Amino acid sequence: MSKLLFFFQEAFRALRRNGAPTLAAIVTTVVTVILLGVLIPIFQTTQAKSDEVRGELNIQASVFDDATKAELVDLREELLAIPNVASVQFITKNEALKELEESLGAEKANELTSALNSNPLPASFKITPDDAANLKAIEAAIEPTKEQFFSPIVSDVFDPTVSSEEIEEVTSALKIVLSVITALLVLASLMLVGNTIRLSIYTRRREVEVMRLVGATRWFIRWPFMIEGVVVGFAGGLIAILVLWIGKITIVDPLGDTFAFLAAQNNSTLNFPVLVGILFAASVLVSTIGSGLTLRRFLKV
Amino acid sequence: MARSRKRHEHEDQPRRPRARRAPIIELNDVTKVYPGGHMALDRVSLAIGRGEFVFLVGPTGCGKSTLIKMLIRELSATDGSVKIAGRDIGALSEKKIPQLRRNIGTVFQDFKLLPNRTVYDNVAYALQVIGASRAEIREQVPATLRLVGLSTKLHSYPDQLSGGEQQRVSVARAFVNHPPLLLADEPSGNLDPVTSIGIMQLLYRINKTGTTVVVVTHDREMVDNMRRRVVELYEGRVVRDEVSGGYTEESTTEFAMRMRAEMGVGAQDERQTNGHSHDHGLA
Repeated sequence: MSKLLFFFQEAFRALRRNGAPTLAAIVTTVVTVILLGVLIPIFQTTQAKSDEVRGELNIQASVFDDATKAELVDLREELLAIPNVASVQFITKNEALKELEESLGAEKANELTSALNSNPLPASFKITPDDAANLKAIEAAIEPTKEQFFSPIVSDVFDPTVSSEEIEEVTSALKIVLSVITALLVLASLMLVGNTIRLSIYTRRREVEVMRLVGATRWFIRWPFMIEGVVVGFAGGLIAILVLWIGKITIVDPLGDTFAFLAAQNNSTLNFPVLVGILFAASVLVSTIGSGLTLRRFLKV
Repeated sequence: MARSRKRHEHEDQPRRPRARRAPIIELNDVTKVYPGGHMALDRVSLAIGRGEFVFLVGPTGCGKSTLIKMLIRELSATDGSVKIAGRDIGALSEKKIPQLRRNIGTVFQDFKLLPNRTVYDNVAYALQVIGASRAEIREQVPATLRLVGLSTKLHSYPDQLSGGEQQRVSVARAFVNHPPLLLADEPSGNLDPVTSIGIMQLLYRINKTGTTVVVVTHDREMVDNMRRRVVELYEGRVVRDEVSGGYTEESTTEFAMRMRAEMGVGAQDERQTNGHSHDHGLA
């Protein structure tokens, strides 16, 4: 118990004496943790969005209006027999029109149909693959070409969600850039914590020398330095989390009512307490690693 | 329970008394070659018994400091064996080295005090870092500072003390856990002659408590006056080992001793020194 007190006394004494480098290390940790705290929810949200889009990916195979009921039943069976098809759903002409009305608005849809005097939309099968990656193969299997003729009643095959690929391209580019920045910042705070400890070892070389001479054990000499590093991580993490929390209640929460994108965060798997836990663990871990590595290199005892 | 029985068994072992009789320091053909190829010690053999007071003399670069560093396993011998209390310390694992150092007090020319701690804290520090209890610290530190004559300066900082007082703090720190062996590497190197006498007296008193004291010194007068065992090193070899010698061989001769007596130095001084230390003796 008195040992523990001694370790903490020594650590805080050293932190006070190396004010400037300690502050630099803390500030870097704060910036890193804040960035992580913003990035993790963004990653989560884009991932959730991208998954949502992926889940909606499907192919529609429209059929000729004169297809008989028996032909439709057969086609349904054949579609289900294609490898990697998860489900097949029949959409009638009326249902297709309703969907159009929903997406365009009733007025415009009416204009369209009244101009044509009939429902121009074909009935179709909505084919959902078990995995988005198999989409192309299924499409190729159904599409009528010169070489193959899947079914006489299929008029056309189309993929209504082409844009999903673009979404993914953009988000993955964003993710890579943000990941690189975060990695660099983590490295910077690792090195700054290390530098703080190194300076501390330098200013306390007299103490270390005396400790060695009177027979202090290796870890007895190391503990105060270790604690020093962890305190930096602890303080940095705490400040960053406080800033994030203030940011959340003053900026993100009010905006969440207006922007669905921000509101989506609340529905995703990661809630704020878990995020705080992760960030805190990360900041303490980084500082521990930083001081540990430095001790290994510069404190030969 | 099991622990105490174990210790008891250990005491019953016949090995123990033999180890007790073994010299506290025993060097056998110790050779130290530094990485550059410089040979600091050349087949040094030396035995120092328990309770002895030994001066280690010789010109700069003769290997005295190397020898001291070897005794605390700051350095390892290139060849030969260094035994402390019958144990070969060359074979000690890294983990056991702190335990060795706890049993050896060290005093250096530059005091090695911590400038931002008081006298009391400097001495207490030595006990804190070896995990002593608070009660132990409260008891030992004032007692030891009383022994070195600094009980009125407990709360002074090192820069408020004279050189002699600083060295006394350093001696107190080395002795606070009552090690059986005390090594002093030029303890009076930075001090004036009068102050040096005080430090040497202090070491002598510590020696009287049963602690073996080895003093590396360049202080000719001190060695000549105190008439203790002298080991002289020259270019890494022991060239002289006298039971009660002077700083140089000549100063041991009868002529030199009579000469000093005639001149009123030496023998007379020695009497004074001894008499003085007996007054403050610890017995």
